[in-house]
Amino acid sequence: MSAQKDRWVSSFFFLLFCASSIPTHGSARLLQELSPQEYFSSLQAGRASLSYFSHSGMYLTVRIYISLVNCPKEDVSRYCVKENALRKAYLFRGNVLIREFPTDALFDVNSIVANVFALLFNEVKYVETLADLQNIENALKGRSNMVFAYVPATGTAEHRAVMEAAFVYGTVHQFVLTTEATLLKDTSNDEPDVSSARLLFCHCQRTTDLAQPCRRTAMEQALTMLNIHRHLKLMGAPLVTEVTEDPEKVSTVHLQLGLPLVFILSQKETYEADRRTAEFVAWQLLGKAGVGVPIKYLVLEDTDEVVTLVENKSKVEQIQEDEEEEEEDEDIQDDQVVEAVSRDKKRELPLEQIRALTEETFHPALLETARTVVLFYASWEAVSLAVLRSYTEVADHLKGTRGVLLSRVNCWDWPGVCTKENVTQFPAIKIYKKGERSVMYDGMWGAEELTSFIMLNRVSCPLKLATIEEAEGYLRGEFPSELSSYHHTSLLGVFSTATSEAREAFKEAGNILSGHVTMGMYFEDDALALSRKYAVSPPALLLARSGGRSVEGIALSKQSVQDMVQMIRYELLDIFPEITVQNLPRYLQLRKPFLILFSDGDIGQMESKEMLKLAKGRPQQAFVACWLNLKTPVGRGVLKAYFATMPSLPVLIWVKLHAGGQVFKFPSEQSITEMNILSWLEKLKAGLEIPSSKWTHFCNVPKHAFLLPQVT
Amino acid sequence: MAPAVCGMLLGLALYTGSLRVVSGAAFFYHDYCIIGAGPSGLQAAYFLQQAGRDYVVFERSHAPGSFFALYPRHRKLISINKRYTGKSNSEFNLRHDWNSLLSHDRRLLFRRYSRDFFPDADAMVRYLEDFAALLKLRVQYNTAIVHVTLERNAQAWNGHYFLLTDQDRQNYKCSSLLVATGTWVPNVVNFPGSEYVEGYETVSISPEDFAGQTVLILGRGNSAFETAENILGVTNFIHMVSRSRVRLSWATHYVGDLRAINNGLLDTYQLKSLDGLLEGDLEDLAIIKDKKGKLHITLRFYLENRNTSTGIDSITLPQDELDNFATRAPYDRVIRCLGWKFDFSIYNRSLRMMPGKGNKKKYPQIKPSYESRGTRGLFVLGTASHSVDFRKSAGGFIHGFRYTTRAVHRLLENRHHGVPWPSTVYPITQLTNSIIKRVNEASGLYQMFSVLADIILLRENATAFEYLEEYPVGILAELETQTGRKAPNGLFVVIMEYGRNFSGADKDVFYYNRAVGEAQHAWQSNFLHPVIYYYKRLPTEHEMRLRPPDWPLPRPDAVHHIVEDFLTDWTAPNAHILPLRRFLENCLSTDLRNFFAESCFLFAFTRQKLPPFCRQGYVRMQGLMGSEGLRRHAIDAGLLEDYAPTDFSGDNHTIPVRPLQHLVNTKDEF
Repeated sequence: MSAQKDRWVSSFFFLLFCASSIPTHGSARLLQELSPQEYFSSLQAGRASLSYFSHSGMYLTVRIYISLVNCPKEDVSRYCVKENALRKAYLFRGNVLIREFPTDALFDVNSIVANVFALLFNEVKYVETLADLQNIENALKGRSNMVFAYVPATGTAEHRAVMEAAFVYGTVHQFVLTTEATLLKDTSNDEPDVSSARLLFCHCQRTTDLAQPCRRTAMEQALTMLNIHRHLKLMGAPLVTEVTEDPEKVSTVHLQLGLPLVFILSQKETYEADRRTAEFVAWQLLGKAGVGVPIKYLVLEDTDEVVTLVENKSKVEQIQEDEEEEEEDEDIQDDQVVEAVSRDKKRELPLEQIRALTEETFHPALLETARTVVLFYASWEAVSLAVLRSYTEVADHLKGTRGVLLSRVNCWDWPGVCTKENVTQFPAIKIYKKGERSVMYDGMWGAEELTSFIMLNRVSCPLKLATIEEAEGYLRGEFPSELSSYHHTSLLGVFSTATSEAREAFKEAGNILSGHVTMGMYFEDDALALSRKYAVSPPALLLARSGGRSVEGIALSKQSVQDMVQMIRYELLDIFPEITVQNLPRYLQLRKPFLILFSDGDIGQMESKEMLKLAKGRPQQAFVACWLNLKTPVGRGVLKAYFATMPSLPVLIWVKLHAGGQVFKFPSEQSITEMNILSWLEKLKAGLEIPSSKWTHFCNVPKHAFLLPQVT
Repeated sequence: MAPAVCGMLLGLALYTGSLRVVSGAAFFYHDYCIIGAGPSGLQAAYFLQQAGRDYVVFERSHAPGSFFALYPRHRKLISINKRYTGKSNSEFNLRHDWNSLLSHDRRLLFRRYSRDFFPDADAMVRYLEDFAALLKLRVQYNTAIVHVTLERNAQAWNGHYFLLTDQDRQNYKCSSLLVATGTWVPNVVNFPGSEYVEGYETVSISPEDFAGQTVLILGRGNSAFETAENILGVTNFIHMVSRSRVRLSWATHYVGDLRAINNGLLDTYQLKSLDGLLEGDLEDLAIIKDKKGKLHITLRFYLENRNTSTGIDSITLPQDELDNFATRAPYDRVIRCLGWKFDFSIYNRSLRMMPGKGNKKKYPQIKPSYESRGTRGLFVLGTASHSVDFRKSAGGFIHGFRYTTRAVHRLLENRHHGVPWPSTVYPITQLTNSIIKRVNEASGLYQMFSVLADIILLRENATAFEYLEEYPVGILAELETQTGRKAPNGLFVVIMEYGRNFSGADKDVFYYNRAVGEAQHAWQSNFLHPVIYYYKRLPTEHEMRLRPPDWPLPRPDAVHHIVEDFLTDWTAPNAHILPLRRFLENCLSTDLRNFFAESCFLFAFTRQKLPPFCRQGYVRMQGLMGSEGLRRHAIDAGLLEDYAPTDFSGDNHTIPVRPLQHLVNTKDEF
């Protein structure tokens, strides 16, 4: 849009407020777009409809017309041609212009309503000094009561509520408003909270002595229209009501508002004294309860007792309200990691084994040891600190391991080091090998996983094996000895001298998988002997699971590095694994439904055999067959989520994680055999089974209230 | 002879650029020409050099920083040189180092040049010399540019070349012109008798010369008070007069206003030790010298109607009519300390270098991008660029313009070399962290509050974001063209602000309860604190123009204030990070909490859509296992359920389906 046109458009739109009516809390507001002619003719109607609690208890309706007037180019209406019409709002009562004001002051509905009321109904006196306040107060003594409100800022919801109340009650009470915190200080004994609005009812009508200040009753509740209305109703009610009938039949405004009503029973002889007592109690309870005096009995012993009784009752209610509010509380930490770390912050971490590096010591340290593990973290960040705790456990495991230095860099102290090392997010762990490029750790943030990674990383990957004996030992998991306790599956690439291309790809794949897998390679002249033994022809891969008890041969067809990495990862998956928190992601990546046998403790031999048969029988399984030991505690959480009643164990579950979230339970009356399961799966496929559970439909909007634009 | 000349010319050409002969006149050509080797000129040269650009700096003096060789006259810089902060974070420490320029060379930190908190100006001169020399910046000394004009050329970057002429009539031609000449032309006022006034530039700095004298100082800035401070102890009394009231920088939060280090005269004035301050328009003033050489103050008004032939005795003095007129006592000296203005004289009219309006008339008119309003391709750097944030932020001072200069360089890299504004892409899980990191350490955001802002551009579906640092917020609407980055999915703007009604010459900045402590009242924070604006789409230029006065940005879709902090450390988990995270979550409708692997495991089996932390961590085999101790803490806090086997065996035992209320707060789409 050209600048010229831009200016043209902006200068020909302005807001008009039709003041014949005012908005209510919930009523729909109309933003009409009118031509000037239409607008001014619509003003003639000038029909007011109001929606408020009037002091007579009637419910009135108030509405405001907010109009956006579009001035056509040729229009000559004086509001359109005014140079400064840009971003001005005009307020009309009927078709008389009352005032214009800049739209800057109108930032939301609260400020609009507050401003419109302030201009339309000159009921509210604004005071800045204590002297002003006292002058008003003195002038009112013996004549009328005063409502004094403090708001920290104008244009807020509280300001609006006061202005709205003034609209309704302005003819009955004098409304006085201030934004000066000092005035508030004068009105209360203890240090007031100047950031929240306050409203006080000043009983000036009863005060005739000019030297005496008017009695004041502070409103305890938040400044909302409803609360103010309630408060003023209570203030307007008689202090003490005299009744002669049965208290059961008495109804006052207090009971209507759900407040207690205290009866002081009296008799003619003590009437004067009781009346004074009743008034005393009534003042104490003003705004909290009503007081009635039936002239009949005397049961009163102590006025304090009455006050305490009523106040305690309302306190209990208050506490209950507080508790309800607490659930919504903004301040409650709901991040489990942040909360756990901050609860642990007073414990001193055993960091002796981990060297803290600085900008100066970082590079020299890398040259000291064969391998330097560096944790980059930020000392204020919860996940970093959680990992630091696991890292201390790693340090403990690896204590005394030669050739490995564990260290840390606090990026909050040394941002330069972290930036130079390309660490952009925390935490990060890198392993620096002397004379080689560094490796970024990309595994689970757990002590066990990290320890294993560091140990596997010490051995070159793939490890070049020199003799048949070494290769055999490697497959049995005995060589190299330092790794014997860290891995379960060994991969051995067997290559002939003619297969250098596959060998290079294998080497590269080893680089990528380093730390996660143990890989060896053998390409000596007698490689053929090895391949004959396991009935494969080079290039081939030998896969030795669980200490070499079973060795599987896989032919390596011509493959890219990526394919080879993919293939190795896939081959490393178990056929019928025990699913755990640590290994679930590897199986999730297959994006297949899960057939899970939940078991309390190890699964029975029979089930194990049948499930294994099921899993093995179909190499191209369309699902992940696995079992879950409820010693992994969160497994119970899964069952809890699926079933209202805990099923008897073991229980076999079919769950489609990636589509629909339907859960099917294998009939508990059938025994878990390959055949039974297969026929059940057939029925599932045919849609003949009813899901036992569907995942809860979580559709929770964030609980905490939206933070709207806030304006000072 | 000829080969030797040739060789010399070649050497020269290699050093300064290429020599071109255009229609008989010889030109040296450079892509970028910088006028002035002061702090901002050298800072710009550094960035151009790092980027490998063809540039040259012209300096009229024989060394860099010639302004500092002369000024301040009393040699004490009022920019702080804080050598200790208790922190090792180099970026954070720049927040309290107001003298260093930006470079990769750690030798070039100002604290190595002076131990004084308010250093001597000579240290600055040495520093600038070293900065130019150690970084091997290409500065051509003893070259005063006396004329700048334009040569239209459709092929040129900006449709024209800049033609510069030096004092020896040597011509230079440049594609882009960076003006870093500062403000060095002294402001003077002309009134009858102004010839008796001495200038700050030349007035004696030896206090003995003022012993037993009565002095009137014109002006109310730091130079005026610095001059007064120097002679306070030996004069009879000093009076100070200027149009506006004194503005104390600790009340206005503007470092260019009167600094406490110079305000000794305020003390003696308020304690009635004969010194005094007066307000009045200097244009109305007149000075008359009597026979004894004493200077009398009168008003121009009285002089205009008098008969010129009569002597001094016939002139009406104010005290003749008003016998308690404040400045009725005669003065021995009148000193003018009225500051400086930009040198407009060297620019041809075609460049349309216009002075600013009102109190900005000492600066040339520029856009919020620091480009001249009159000429495309001409950028104003350093002190002369202060009109963008005059009396607000630090753009007129080294600690501010070192960042705006970097911003201008980044704009130029994008405009002329196709190098987009540097940015980093992060997964959305790092959103809270990225903001917390920057608001806690970034110096550019801190010094150039309300002027430079970090911009977070959201990627589709809010799964990732792109982080741009220290972008001039005044040109937010032009972000896509100025940075070469795209913002189709909404953005956050991270900026620092003082409370809107906190600063001002007449404000009480020590009132009780001035500091806000609770997060829910953060929007009422008074001291410098981070504010995050959220826009669902990039604001338009129209919206930028219509923003309320004194607002750095137009109305956002949502805004969040991080509550002010006494230590300017915004890392408290509950007071700072939690409210920020909730705000971001509300804007994006995304759960930004962290989860232990165990929770992610449960979600994987029970929820269609995992929270980003699980999706981007756990599912990619980078879950947070957490130590047993932390797990227990989370359970104790009620944020992680303890499923440890207790009474689970009974078949008839009922476990109710518990809605995972406390673990879930985001939409799961089924």
